[in-house]
Amino acid sequence: METVLAFVIGALYAAGLFTMLRRNIVRLVIGLGLLGHAANLLIFTIAGLTRARPPLISQSFAPETLADPMPHALILTAIVIGFAVQSFALVLIYRVIQTVGTDDLDNMKATDT
Amino acid sequence: MNILLILPVLVPMTAAVLCMLAWNSLRIQRALSVIGAALLLAAGLLLLRSIWQNGIQAAQMNGWPPPFGITVVADLFSAIMVAITGVIGLATAVYSLATLDRERETFGYYPLLHILLMGVCGAFVTGDLFNLYVWFEVMLMASFVLMALGGERAQMEGAVKYVTINLVASAMFLAAVGMLYGVVGTLNMADLAQKLRAAPRMDLLTTIAMLFLIAFGIKAAVFPLFFWLPASYHTPPVAVSAIFAGLLTKVGVYALIRVFTLLFVQDVAYTHTVILALAGLTMITGVLGAVAQNEFRRILSFHIVSQIGYMIFGLGLFTVTALAGSIFYIVHHIIVKTNLFLISGVVHRAQGTYELKKLGGLYSTRPALSILFLIPALSLAGLPPLSGFVAKFTLVRAGLESQSYILVATALAVGLLTLFSMTKIWAETFWKDAPAESETTAAAMAISAPLASRWLLMMPIASLALITVMIGLAAEPLYVLTSRAAEQLIDPAEYIQAVLGRR
Amino acid sequence: MTSLILSTATRFLLPLLLLFSISVLLRGHNEPGGGFIGGLIAAASFALIAIAFGVRRSRRTLRANPRTLIAIGLLAALGSGTFGLVGGRPFMSAYWVMLEIPLLEEVAVGTPFLFDCGVYLVVLGVTLMIIFALAEES
Repeated sequence: METVLAFVIGALYAAGLFTMLRRNIVRLVIGLGLLGHAANLLIFTIAGLTRARPPLISQSFAPETLADPMPHALILTAIVIGFAVQSFALVLIYRVIQTVGTDDLDNMKATDT
Repeated sequence: MNILLILPVLVPMTAAVLCMLAWNSLRIQRALSVIGAALLLAAGLLLLRSIWQNGIQAAQMNGWPPPFGITVVADLFSAIMVAITGVIGLATAVYSLATLDRERETFGYYPLLHILLMGVCGAFVTGDLFNLYVWFEVMLMASFVLMALGGERAQMEGAVKYVTINLVASAMFLAAVGMLYGVVGTLNMADLAQKLRAAPRMDLLTTIAMLFLIAFGIKAAVFPLFFWLPASYHTPPVAVSAIFAGLLTKVGVYALIRVFTLLFVQDVAYTHTVILALAGLTMITGVLGAVAQNEFRRILSFHIVSQIGYMIFGLGLFTVTALAGSIFYIVHHIIVKTNLFLISGVVHRAQGTYELKKLGGLYSTRPALSILFLIPALSLAGLPPLSGFVAKFTLVRAGLESQSYILVATALAVGLLTLFSMTKIWAETFWKDAPAESETTAAAMAISAPLASRWLLMMPIASLALITVMIGLAAEPLYVLTSRAAEQLIDPAEYIQAVLGRR
Repeated sequence: MTSLILSTATRFLLPLLLLFSISVLLRGHNEPGGGFIGGLIAAASFALIAIAFGVRRSRRTLRANPRTLIAIGLLAALGSGTFGLVGGRPFMSAYWVMLEIPLLEEVAVGTPFLFDCGVYLVVLGVTLMIIFALAEES
């Protein structure tokens, strides 16, 4: 299972980076989202996959039957932060397209040296 | 629990919340902003005194025992950074009262400034790697909005580059944290330090260290990851530029120093050599970029990059003197860089432009400003008796003791080029006569500033210049402080004991 | 866009969605759920009104300024953490109180719940601020 997920994560990273390097600014934001999702899956996979076990402790459960709750917490926080960042990025590119007049990233080089 | 540990986070958060509640009244927001920044400075100084007298202190949120809970820990390095954040926060808060236009003020500049300060202070006092990620994101979100606030075209273009590259850095940071958790099983920094020192031959550690280097290197603007900085830092209004230049890259440097002295010391021959090489290249490319520019703030942005190279140089050498020099350099540079950006704002106010070709004659019209420019400029170049000299001297001495002669030569040559760049700004802006067409604007704008706002503009600049001179003339207290902070960094036994010893 | 199906469905769905969001908030501590997802569901319900009836109607249904919601949410989160500081305990200490509700089993209410409510309000406020701003723009 880890092997499959490793390939999926690699594919997501590749897709994210490829989309980020396109000329259209909307594709840039989509690529950033894919990158975030790939990072989340990476945490999920590398912290040990367990099949169908809950991560929360109740008094009656023996510790061996539980999944590690720490990666769950990490990924949840990362998803929340990713949501906030993506919604900001969407509004930002909306304003950028309005202000600069084009959605072509090659025309936004005025501030580069 | 020592409440001083959590005050640097609570005070700006309260100020931000109260500013948001008082959204419709700009007067209350301005007052809250300055009071909040002053209280943050007081809390930072008290924290520094407490850590100096009582040693490293730690506390656990909700009392969950370490390493399961989130630790809040302050050693001398963190306390120094929190204190200097307070200084810069207050200077910028006072300065922005005078310079910010009404539109930005009504759209929430003051709450955002305090959320930025909260994120920065939170990153300095946390003892958990994932909590560091969270505070980095808080700081980054506030900086994204501050960068884009106002909606001018240059700001938008700069914001796209800034946002994109910092988000990539965050994704890499997240991946590195996840991998470290998978390999070691904990994210508490003290526990990680203990486990990594006990069983150093774990797989993937050098890879993870390099991932951290890239992620923090993007935020700290080291070579070759710094190109977002000159493309975006000169676009927002001056108060925002000043606080970005002073604080944000230094949080990246703080994270680099923390991670590469506490955690990844198993493979020092490889990791710290890479850091040394990057430091040299950063110094050179930064200053070469600065020499080629002709706009005030762009030159200063490239200088930020070049000076970051010095701080990383100290980290790469990995001795007590070198780290003390790094910390001293961070303190000196924050004050000097913020001051230079604030002065550039006053120059813009006086003459309406940042282009060096169009500026001129300020030595005759504003002599006090010219002297106040000379102090941070010469300090940046490293002239005695200012703070830059002591910082550079410490680093050069550490370099000579560690026999990295190439880098010492590079550091000195870069210092010379920095001096050249600063004198270029001086000659173009202050010394030469004003070009003909800008005479009238200079006369018009000089008279129109009311006395209160001129006082608000010059007070932060004068105080920061005074601090620079004082650090330079009486360097011993700060040097002793940074030496002890460096000793705590090199040997983390006290840190681990403070965090894990409390059960 | 005034589709009859959408407006009728929204009229029925709205109270269900809001109830669902509150129930997700309440079950969040030991089971899947919590303030974040509760806030998103509530924001989705107000967005649904905005799509079906227009942004003005949605703002009137909300009654509060989203910005005030964010501020109150942050204040709740901050306040929940500082209870402990007054008593000398660390920041974010959890204080639990057992409430006895007649006819139901006793419920534990504490500062983590207050924090979660703060998160709920912040998420609701932020999402609605973005949605309203974008919807009013066009």
